Amino acid sequence: MADFGADDLDGFRAEARDWLAANFPPALKGRAGLMMAEGATSRNGDFQAWTKAMGEKGWGTPTWPKAYGGGGLSAAQARVLQKEMSAIGAWSPIGGMGVMMFGPTLLEYGNEAQKQRHIPPITRAEIRWCQGFSEPGAGSDLASLQTKCEDKGDHWLVNGQKIWTSGAQWADWCFCLVRTDTTKKHEGISFLLIDMRTPGVETRPIKLISGNSPFCETFFTDVKVPKENLVGPLGGGWTIAKRLLQHERGGIAGGGSSTSVGSNPFNGPVSGLAKTYVGVDEAGRIADPDIRSRVTTHEIEARAFQMTAMRAMAEAKTNSGPSAISSIMKNAGTRVGQDRHELILEILGHQGLGWEGEGFKADELGAVRGWLGGKAFTIYGGSAEVQNNIISKRILDLPDPLSAKNA
Amino acid sequence: MAVLTEEQTLLRDAARAWTQEKSPVSAFRKVRDSAAPLGYDPAAYAEMAEMGWTGVIIPEAHGGSEFGYLSLGLVLEELGRTLTASPILASALAGASAIVLGGSDVQQGAWLPKIASGELVATLAVDEGAHHRPNVVGVTATKHGAGYKISGTKTFVLEGMAAGLFVVSARTGGAKDATDGISLFLVAADAPGVSRKALHLADSRGAAVVTFDNVEVGAAALLGAEGKGWDLLEKTLDRARAGLTAEMLGTALQAFDTTLDYLKTRVQFGQVIGSFQALQHRAAKMFTDLELARSCVEAALAAIDNDSPDVPELVSLAKAKVGDTLHLVSNEMVQMHGGIGMTDAHDAGLYLKRARAAEATYGGQAYHRDRYARLQGY
Repeated sequence: MADFGADDLDGFRAEARDWLAANFPPALKGRAGLMMAEGATSRNGDFQAWTKAMGEKGWGTPTWPKAYGGGGLSAAQARVLQKEMSAIGAWSPIGGMGVMMFGPTLLEYGNEAQKQRHIPPITRAEIRWCQGFSEPGAGSDLASLQTKCEDKGDHWLVNGQKIWTSGAQWADWCFCLVRTDTTKKHEGISFLLIDMRTPGVETRPIKLISGNSPFCETFFTDVKVPKENLVGPLGGGWTIAKRLLQHERGGIAGGGSSTSVGSNPFNGPVSGLAKTYVGVDEAGRIADPDIRSRVTTHEIEARAFQMTAMRAMAEAKTNSGPSAISSIMKNAGTRVGQDRHELILEILGHQGLGWEGEGFKADELGAVRGWLGGKAFTIYGGSAEVQNNIISKRILDLPDPLSAKNA
Repeated sequence: MAVLTEEQTLLRDAARAWTQEKSPVSAFRKVRDSAAPLGYDPAAYAEMAEMGWTGVIIPEAHGGSEFGYLSLGLVLEELGRTLTASPILASALAGASAIVLGGSDVQQGAWLPKIASGELVATLAVDEGAHHRPNVVGVTATKHGAGYKISGTKTFVLEGMAAGLFVVSARTGGAKDATDGISLFLVAADAPGVSRKALHLADSRGAAVVTFDNVEVGAAALLGAEGKGWDLLEKTLDRARAGLTAEMLGTALQAFDTTLDYLKTRVQFGQVIGSFQALQHRAAKMFTDLELARSCVEAALAAIDNDSPDVPELVSLAKAKVGDTLHLVSNEMVQMHGGIGMTDAHDAGLYLKRARAAEATYGGQAYHRDRYARLQGY
């Protein structure tokens, strides 16, 4: 879709501003953190009303086609909407894997019936999706997955185990990679949609070092899946999975940059936190020169990453095809994100060692959990090492080692 | 790569074609081996001037094209790729910027056309010690009749042997490291009392120690207001630094490309060494840093063209990030080439030496990290 001219954008800006003023509950201002409280049962009436309004408008998925419940906006209009929302502290209550990863992939690879059935509930946040990719024996080497899917004539029969299934305990549906052919590695993989309420599906949360359980083990025992739930051709799942992982990596990289300015120093640049906890000298510098130096290096890196993200967007508007930049974003972004967590912990000193209970502020405790949770950034969605392999192979055109030629 | 206009694309393509054909690394090697007195090939600089590259940031009224710093950065990046030695950074960017930003009509009319045509090399004479500390100014300018008498010594003056004009920072008041009391003067190299001595640097580029011994200048030599030169100096230096980051980016990109080629051709253990993951991941890290560095360079140059208030912080950010990246890539270039990378016959050493000199010029990474933090209020 062609971008609108400036005049049309001004008109849209006014429309968006009016609609947001009429529909965004002021009590939710700046409380996007509610979105992270997955599984919370007591999201209040304001949250529900805001979700309903955004769902009906389609603006939680602003650029998706109107025919499937999306906003039907141009990229330029979506940017205007985003700006207008930021300006008043509004945020989208429509999120999760359906929005970030599965929806865009199904819009590209799904048939008409699949899109009609599965996309609209995502745009209204009615259905939660989880991702059944990794298995105990298939992590970085994802294509070695073994979950068996047999053709039983009028249905598929699925047996196997998935792991690191984010939010499986709350999910309604799972998009899954299954093995339909054991004689071929990549071409033996298919992309299947499984209703989590089907008999034979069982989830067990995994407790992580952060104390949280955002991931599950998911077991499939003689699970019957309707034939129409296969996305794309039989044996064509790997191609779809690669596309979906691009969406996932973009999302993770974005999570790594956090230099937004806010009144709470825990949300702003690390330098603000360092001034508070480490103190300043008579010239107003962070009192510890070693920490100051590393804070500076980090903030420079974080800003370089943000500017690169902006450059990637600017180039994407003019160039055809994905730019080489996209391949570096996950590693660059997660490096910044993890550095931030490590620095915050060091800056907090003893106050950055609390696990729970008294003696610590909620933000201090949150920093500890965030540091531990952040260790996942460079592991999930393709580990940092796998990303480096991808850059080496696809961008730098370096060959596989002889020993891996047949892998 | 930033989204370029058609004219910018043409300029970049012309710069790329000329450097690859007329000024490959072998041309720089020849300049070095011949111990060229100025540290560059004047005939090559004349060709660059003919193509208009020396007038890119100079107003049209004074013989330039007023095409902006991002545009000049495109040229510098290509020159950096082949280590082309020339006064374009010191003169057509740094020296010219001081006069464009702070010069009177008379001063601009007198000097800018000559810089644009390439017949005059102008350069900044600001450093006095082992480190870039532009506020530390020991050179003095004392009132003398209607004008001034300048005394003291400047070091690490880029293209100091070729220069016909020095932009000199001198103290007309204040303590030795105070930003207040610094004045800038335009001093002709042939003025009585000016003497210079070549510095033979590891990167073989032209530089000099310049001594001012009671050099008498008229009031017309003062650039800007007396004692208020600091802001002009900082603005000028920021333009010079930003231009240098573009050159450094080009140097780093070529060092990386050359190394990548070697990884694809050098065979050990029966396979090209680029198939080894230990080297692949280091290459991927360098590629990632180079992309981040490019964003910083382009943001700094664009901020200058837009006269944005965040020029100082973006410039320090770019100088620090690009400096770190060039440092890494130049070291890896030597290491990944192994034994051949240690020989003088190979280009790796030329890139390594140029890298360190460029890093230190107009402030190294430590200087710019500290400056970035100060500008951010911590």
